[in-house]
Formats: sequence, C-alpha cells, structure tokens
Amino acid sequence: MLKRIVIGLVGVAILGLLGFSALAWRPAIAPIYPPAAASFPAELAAKGRALTGAGYCAVCHTRPGGEPLAGGYELRTPFGTIYSTNLTPDPETGIGRWSLEAFTRAMHEGVARDGSHLFPAFPYDHFTKVSDDDVTALYAYLMTRPAVSAPARANTIPFPLNIRALQEGWKILFFRSGRYEPDASRSAEWNRGAYLAEGLSHCGGCHTPRNPLGAEKARDAYVGAVIDDWDAPALTDANPSPAPWTQSELFSYLRSGASPLHGVAAGPMSPVIHAGLAALPDSDIRAQAIYFADIDHAAAREPAVQAAVKKALATSPLGITQDYDPDAHLYVAACIACHFNSGPALLTARPELALNSALTLPEPTNFIRIVLNGIAVSEGGPGLMMPGYASALDDAEIARLADYLRRTRTDRPAWSDVERRVAAVRQQAAASE
Amino acid sequence: MITFNLNGRTVLVRSPDDTPLLWAIRDEIGLKGTKFGCGIGMCGACTVHVEGRATRSCITALRRVAGAAITTIEGLDPEGEHPLQTAWRDLQVPQCGYCQPGQIMQAASLLKDFPDPTDQDINAVMAGNLCRCMAYLRIRNAIKLAAKRMRERTVHE
Repeated sequence: MLKRIVIGLVGVAILGLLGFSALAWRPAIAPIYPPAAASFPAELAAKGRALTGAGYCAVCHTRPGGEPLAGGYELRTPFGTIYSTNLTPDPETGIGRWSLEAFTRAMHEGVARDGSHLFPAFPYDHFTKVSDDDVTALYAYLMTRPAVSAPARANTIPFPLNIRALQEGWKILFFRSGRYEPDASRSAEWNRGAYLAEGLSHCGGCHTPRNPLGAEKARDAYVGAVIDDWDAPALTDANPSPAPWTQSELFSYLRSGASPLHGVAAGPMSPVIHAGLAALPDSDIRAQAIYFADIDHAAAREPAVQAAVKKALATSPLGITQDYDPDAHLYVAACIACHFNSGPALLTARPELALNSALTLPEPTNFIRIVLNGIAVSEGGPGLMMPGYASALDDAEIARLADYLRRTRTDRPAWSDVERRVAAVRQQAAASE
Repeated sequence: MITFNLNGRTVLVRSPDDTPLLWAIRDEIGLKGTKFGCGIGMCGACTVHVEGRATRSCITALRRVAGAAITTIEGLDPEGEHPLQTAWRDLQVPQCGYCQPGQIMQAASLLKDFPDPTDQDINAVMAGNLCRCMAYLRIRNAIKLAAKRMRERTVHE
C-alpha cells in the first residue's frame, strides 16, 4: 500500500514537472544577420530614440563610464545582483541576431531570443503594455546604434532562483500580458500619460512597493518604495509634501528637474529626467503630469497651496531671527545662505526646505544622502548644485540638522535614531563607490 | 580629467575627480584670488560661482561640476569694476582682506536673487561668510550701495 502511494506521488511529481516544463518552454526564434542600419527609416529610428528616452533604457543598460546601451550596469536586488545586457546590435554579445519578432517577444513576454525567460528586473511587466508600433520604433533605434562588443557579466542570483524556467512560475503568479487599453472616459492626454507611465516609463518600478517575490503590489500602486537605498516618494495623495503635486509642479519637475514647491530631482530620479525624459517632447511630459496630477488628486488640494507657501516663508528666516540655539547656529553656518527665501514668491533656485520632499518624507534617508553627497551640476535642476558635506559634518551634526529642520520646518513627527542612520548611509555610500 | 568653463575659458584639469574644486582652481590652474579658510564649507572664504550661484569650492568635488560654468573673483568683472568691487573700494570695506573675495562672490549671488536686499536678506545670505576683522557693518553698507547703483543703472539703461 505504502509503495503504491510513493509510486503515485512520484508519478504525480514527474507529471507536474513535465507539465511545468511544457508550460515554461518557449521556442528559440531563429537568429538573423544584423540588418544594415540603412534598412531602417530615419524617422522610425528618431521616434525610437525619443521612446528609449521615455523608458530611460540607457540608464540601466549602460555601466558607469561605459559605452551607451552596452549593458553591464549593476542592479542590486534582494535576490542577488543582476547585470544589464548589451542592447547594441553586436551579433555575438548584443541583440544583432534578434529579429523584430524576438525583440517584440522580449518586450511583451519577457523571453529572450533563445527562448530563456528574462528576470523581471527587466520590467517587461510594464513593457507588455507598449504598442507594436512603438516596439518597432525602439527596435529601429537600437539596431541603428554602433555595435559594441560587451559580453554579459555573470549574475549573482543563487541556485535555484537562477533557473530561468522557474520564472514561468513568477509569470503565472504575477504577470499578465497585454497592450495598454485606453480609458474612453478620459482625455487623449490623460491616456497618453497613462500609456507612457504604466508602460515604457515604468514609474511603478520604483514608486510601487514589491512583494517578497519581487512583484509590484498592484493594490499599493505608487504609494512609495525604497529603491537603491533611496526613498521613492508616494505619487498618490499619501505624498506628505505640504504643497500638492499639481500638474504645473509635475511638469516643471519632470521637464527641468526642479519645481518651486518641492525641490530638485536627486538620486535615481536625476537620470530618469536628465538622461531619459529629456528626449520627449513637452506634450508627452505634460501628458504624464496630467496623469499623475489626477492620481494624487491635486486639483482638490490646490487651494491649500497659498497657505502652505505662506507658512513655509514664515519659517525661512528662522535661525537668524530666533534666540541662540546651537542647532540653528549649525543651520545658519552651513545651509541658510542658499536655502533662505524672503518672498513674496519662492525662488526655485533657493529650494525652500519647509516644502522640500526630503524633509517631509516618513524616513530621513533622502535628506541624509543629499546632505552627505550634495547634488551634482548634472543632477537636480538647471544650474543648481549643492556641495556634499560628507567631509565637513560628522554623523551627530547631520543628525542635529535633520532633527532641527524637521522640528522647526514641518508638522511631521520627529525622525528616530537619525545619527545611527547617518552612519549607515555613510557606509552604504562608501561601499557602493 | 574633468573639463569645465572657468571665467569664460574652457579648462581641463588632471587632478583626481574627488579633488575639491578649490584646490584645482588655486594649485592646478593657479588663480589665487579664491581663498582657503576652514576647508569644511563653514566660513565662505572659498566661495565661487557655479552656474552663476555662490558655492563653497572647498567641499565641491571636481566630478560634481564637470561641464559647468565657474566664475572666480578674477572673472566677476573683466576690469575689476563690478558694482560690488567699486562699492567695496569706495567704502574701504576690507581690513586684512582675506575673506573679501568670498564675501564679494556671495554678495554678487545675493543681489541676483534680492536686488533690493533687506537687512534680514543680507543677514541670511551672508551668514555663512565669516570675517575675523569684523568688517560686517561695512560689508552690509557696501552691499546696499552696490545694490542701489545697480538698480539705478538698470533704470538708466
């Protein structure tokens, strides 16, 4: 009897394995000879160039100091490090032997030309929404880039997670293939913004938290998440900024990298704007601004802006007007020269800290990172930079600044344990250099 | 190697990319007007303009300003006749003079944002520029004089 049960169980296991293998199996798509660049219409490649900007493909597919799009960028995931691959048309190490059909399948289904499953670090869960026409344009752009020989670097995903066939299980659980479906009750601009944001621009990739298996939690879309040791703020009305992210604030920020009522782009958001979205026309930036201003219900909160600005301006001279306070003294010595505003309007070039996202987020991570490393000229907003204070202020001093500003410039509860966290961020920054 | 624009000319510096901008300006390029004070961005003696805005060059790593337009006291005005510089001379502001290039660069940035600065504006924006000779009152007066002359000049033009 027991023997029968065992044989039965083994049989079921074998059948299950065979069944899963059959489900997971994808055919290879025949290799092609790399088509001549001249075989792609120039307008199509130009359209593809803008679309690679919308998806900031080059941000993840270029290693620091490396050839554009030749891969090798390190994506740290909770499961191990994944290195991006070469998107140039090199036949041996890039996508030179990929047909349009193979490229389209990768974008829409997350499967490589040879039939192996791609890891969802490549956001095919978003790219599946991209139209065939746009995929064709992206292909035309990539296939007309100079071919660069850059072999893939070995990922550090441990066994058994590195078995690509198992990705089929992830897909069954979390992935739904399908192009973007316009919402007929919305404007064409809103739909354009949604198409870009949900598809190529894959905003949820950073701003939506992930479950333990690394899939975005659909029910918590855009509530904010941790990415590359930075906090990606909420894009919903859970965003704690005193001034709402209105359409004009979003447009200004996504177009230039700075907005008067929120501050400048920093960390992983800087290349999204300056190396990615910069290739898009104003109309596409406006469409995304319309979409996200709707998601965070900015219109309903817009009347509160004037009061928020007035309140923020009242705090701006604190430090030079109040009685002696050693924390304020530190702020006056190091920060006020650049951050002071006297109104009546706020100057974008003087980021008002009472309104700044780094100061109102639930965690001090972004604040600490910016104080330590500053903002480079190539990041942030046009013509704006901030020196890093890593060599100037110690952990306790940065913690005092954080606590002082949080206490005097916001209504938010105090951050906890800031000094220890400054030390931790300092270590992370040193380790990643 | 990092390139940037210094006082209108493209320069290429070979110092390691984490070198403070101040060292590249003084030691590699050889412009000595910008001063070393505290080395931790707390005294303002090293103030230069990056993209037209006052920045402490002693804590600004070279790689963070790659490609930027940088102006030092030598480049503020080709003839040394910026309204702040003439006001500084007219009111005999400096005593020892060491902090003055930084003071003037910070003040030039101040007047761009606040063309008619109040005492509070000056207190806030100039707070990070220390003067051990206590020339603060003359600095304040010179800033106001320069602001007045600059506003009048704008009206006449």
